Amino acid sequence: MAELIIISTLNGVLYGMLLFLMASGLTLIFSMMGVLNFAHASFYMLGAFLGFQISQWAGFIPALILAPLIAGGIGAIVERYGLRTVHKNGHVAELLFTFGLAFIIEEVIQMIWGKLAADYRVPSFLDFSAFTVYATNYPAYKTFMLLFSIAIFIGLILLLTRTRAGLIIQASLTHPNMVGMLGHNVPRVFMLVFGLGTALAAIAGVIAGAAFVTQSNMAALLGPILFVVVVVGGLGSLWGAFVASLLIGLLQTFAIASDWSLSKFFSGYFTPARGTILFDIWTVTIAQVGPILPYLLLVLVLIFRPTGLFGTRDT
Amino acid sequence: MKWQMPKKLLGLAAIGLAAGAGYLALPQKTEAQGAPIRIAYVDPLSGPMAAIGDTGLKNFQFILEQINAKGGANGRKLELVPYDNKLNAQETIVQVQKAIDDGIRIITQGNGTSFAIAISEFVTKYNERNPGKEVIYLNYAAVDPILTNDKCSYWHFRWDANTDIKMEAITSFMKGRQNIKKVYLINQDYAFGHGVRDSALKMLKAKRPDIEVVGNELHPLAKVTDFAPYIAKIKASGADSVITGNWGSDFALLVKAAADAGLQVDWYTFYAGGTGGPTAMKQANLPNRVFAIGEGFANIPHAESIEFEKALRAKYGVSLFYPRGVNQMRMLTAAINQAKSDDPKKFAAILHDMKFEVFHGGEGYMRADDHQFFQPMYLASFGPIKADQPFDEEKTGWGWTIAGKVDLKDTLVPTTCKMNKPS
Repeated sequence: MAELIIISTLNGVLYGMLLFLMASGLTLIFSMMGVLNFAHASFYMLGAFLGFQISQWAGFIPALILAPLIAGGIGAIVERYGLRTVHKNGHVAELLFTFGLAFIIEEVIQMIWGKLAADYRVPSFLDFSAFTVYATNYPAYKTFMLLFSIAIFIGLILLLTRTRAGLIIQASLTHPNMVGMLGHNVPRVFMLVFGLGTALAAIAGVIAGAAFVTQSNMAALLGPILFVVVVVGGLGSLWGAFVASLLIGLLQTFAIASDWSLSKFFSGYFTPARGTILFDIWTVTIAQVGPILPYLLLVLVLIFRPTGLFGTRDT
Repeated sequence: MKWQMPKKLLGLAAIGLAAGAGYLALPQKTEAQGAPIRIAYVDPLSGPMAAIGDTGLKNFQFILEQINAKGGANGRKLELVPYDNKLNAQETIVQVQKAIDDGIRIITQGNGTSFAIAISEFVTKYNERNPGKEVIYLNYAAVDPILTNDKCSYWHFRWDANTDIKMEAITSFMKGRQNIKKVYLINQDYAFGHGVRDSALKMLKAKRPDIEVVGNELHPLAKVTDFAPYIAKIKASGADSVITGNWGSDFALLVKAAADAGLQVDWYTFYAGGTGGPTAMKQANLPNRVFAIGEGFANIPHAESIEFEKALRAKYGVSLFYPRGVNQMRMLTAAINQAKSDDPKKFAAILHDMKFEVFHGGEGYMRADDHQFFQPMYLASFGPIKADQPFDEEKTGWGWTIAGKVDLKDTLVPTTCKMNKPS
C-alpha cells in the first residue's frame, strides 16, 4: 500500500507539474488580454514536434533550448500581427481567432510530420531507472521532468516577483493605462508575455513528448483539461494555476489507484438487478470515472466558488 | 451591417452548381468492364490508432497486389480505397456512406467493435432499402461475439476469431501453467474490452477456480498516454500474470510503462504484435513471457507463407499482422471468380459456406449459421529469435515462437444467430 501511495504521489505531482507549465502561460495570457487562448495546447503540440525534429538533427539538449524559443517566437508573432489586430473587434473576435489558430496549427503539423505518431524517444543518457521504491523502478527521465519543471516554476516566480521586468508585467496586467503613461511600451509587454506563455507550453511539449506520445491529436487530448485547471485555480492567478494543477494531477492519479464503488460501501444492504442502468452505476469504480472527475470539479467550482480557488474576478 | 450575399460569392456558388451538374452527367466509371473492383478500407488513418490503420492498409495493399499479379478476380484487378474513420462511430458511418456514394459495394473494416456493429447495422438496413445495390461488409478484426450472435447479419462476414474463441484458447493454455496464482485484468472501456473481461472471468472460474483475480481494470479507449498509474496498481496487487485485450497504442504504451517501472509479470494478450508492441516488449525485457493468440505468426514453418512474409517486408517494411486478411481477400477473389460476378448478392451466396485452405496451411471454413470463419489458432510467445527462425519484429532481434496450436474442431463455439437470408 505504501508503495502504491508513494508511486502515485510521484506520478500525480509529475502530471500536475506538466499541467502547470501549460496552465501558467494560459492564465498569464488570460489575465493580460481577458481572452482564453484556445490555441494554447496547440503550442504544446508544436513544442513536442519541434523538439522531436531538433533532437533528430542536433540532440535532446539543443531541442530543449531551441524548440521553446522557436515556439515562443511564433507566439510573439501571432500576438503582434494577429491578436493585436483582431483585438479592435472585441473579445469574441479574439476568441474565434485563437479557435481557428488551433485548427491551423494542427493541420500544418499533420502536413509536415504526418498523421502517425512521431518516433520521439527519451534521450539515451536519461534512459535508465533512477531509483527504486520498494520494488518499483522510477525512470531517470521522469525524475528529470519533475526537477526541470520545478526549476521552471521557481524561475517563473522569481521573474515575476523579483525583477524589474516582472514588476512591469504585473503592473500591466492590472493597470495597463497607468503603466503606459509612465512611459513603458505596454503592447510590447503583452507580446512578450504571450511569447513567454507559448514558450512555457512548448517546454512542456518537448519534455512530455519524449516520455508519452507525440502525435497530431495531443493538443485535443490535453486542451480541455487545461481550461479546467485555469478555472479551478482562478482565472489569472498563477498560484491558483499551480495549486489546481497539482490538485488535478493527484486527483486523476489517485482515482486510478482506487477501486471503490457504491457497491463496496453498500454491499449487503442493497443490490440492483444485473443488466439495469442502476447496476452499472452501482458497480462503476472510481478508477473508471477518473477521467471525468476534473470536469466534475469544474462544475462544482463554478457553482460554489465562481472566482476559482485563488481568483479575484468572476469567470 | 446589412446581411446580403456578396456578388462574388453568388458567382462562385453558380460555378459550383454547374460543376456539380457536370459531374453527375459523367458516365459512372465503375460500370465499365475492365475497371478495377474497388474495396473501401474504413479504418483510423489519423489520431492515436493511425499506426494500426496504416499497417493494415499496407498489409491489404500488398495482399491485393499479390492477387492482381495472379490475374485478379474475374479478370479484373482489385483496388483498395482508404477512408479515414478517425476512430469515431459517427465518422465511420459517414465514410461508409461516402464509399457507397463513390460506387463501392465492398466494405472492409476491423478496428473497433463498436464501429463494426454500426457498419453491420447500417449495411443491413441499406440493403433492405436498396435491393439490387447490395453492399457487403468484410470484417477482418472486430471480434465482439455479438456480431455473429444476437446482432448477426447475412451481409457481415468475419475472418477473425471472436473473443470467446480466443479466450478459450488462452485460458486452456493457462490451465496447464501451475505457476499462475494471481491474475490481473486490464482492458479498454468499450464493448470489446468488456467482452474480454467477462469471458476471462467466466472461463478462468471454470478452468482454474484456484486462480485469484486480483484486479479488474477498464481504462478509456485510446486516451491514456501514460499508463504509469495503472502499472503501479498492478504492481501493488501482487499479480503474477496480466490478461489484456488492449490493441494498438493502448498495448504499446501499457507495456512501455511496465518496462519503465520494472514490472515482472507474464502477459496473456490478444494483440501484442501490433505496431509499437514488439519494441515495448523488448524494452520491458520479458523474454518469452508475453503470449499472444492469433490465426498465424511470422515464424510458422510453412514455406509459402514465409515467402509471402519476406516479400511484404521487403516492399512495405511492415510485418503481416493480418494473416486473416490474406484469407479474407483470397476467399473474396475465389467467390467472385466462382460467381462470375462482382455483385455482392451473387458472391455472398458463395462465401456463405465456403471452405478454404488458410494462409499458414490447414483447412478453414465460413460457418453458414453466423458467418464466422473458423480456422486453426496458434498461441505464440515473444522472445529472442533462434537460429532457424527467419523473422524478428520491428528490428528488435526478438520474434514469435509457437507455444501451442488449437485445432479447428477445438475452436468451435455455439451461436445464437438466426440469420435472415435474403430471398
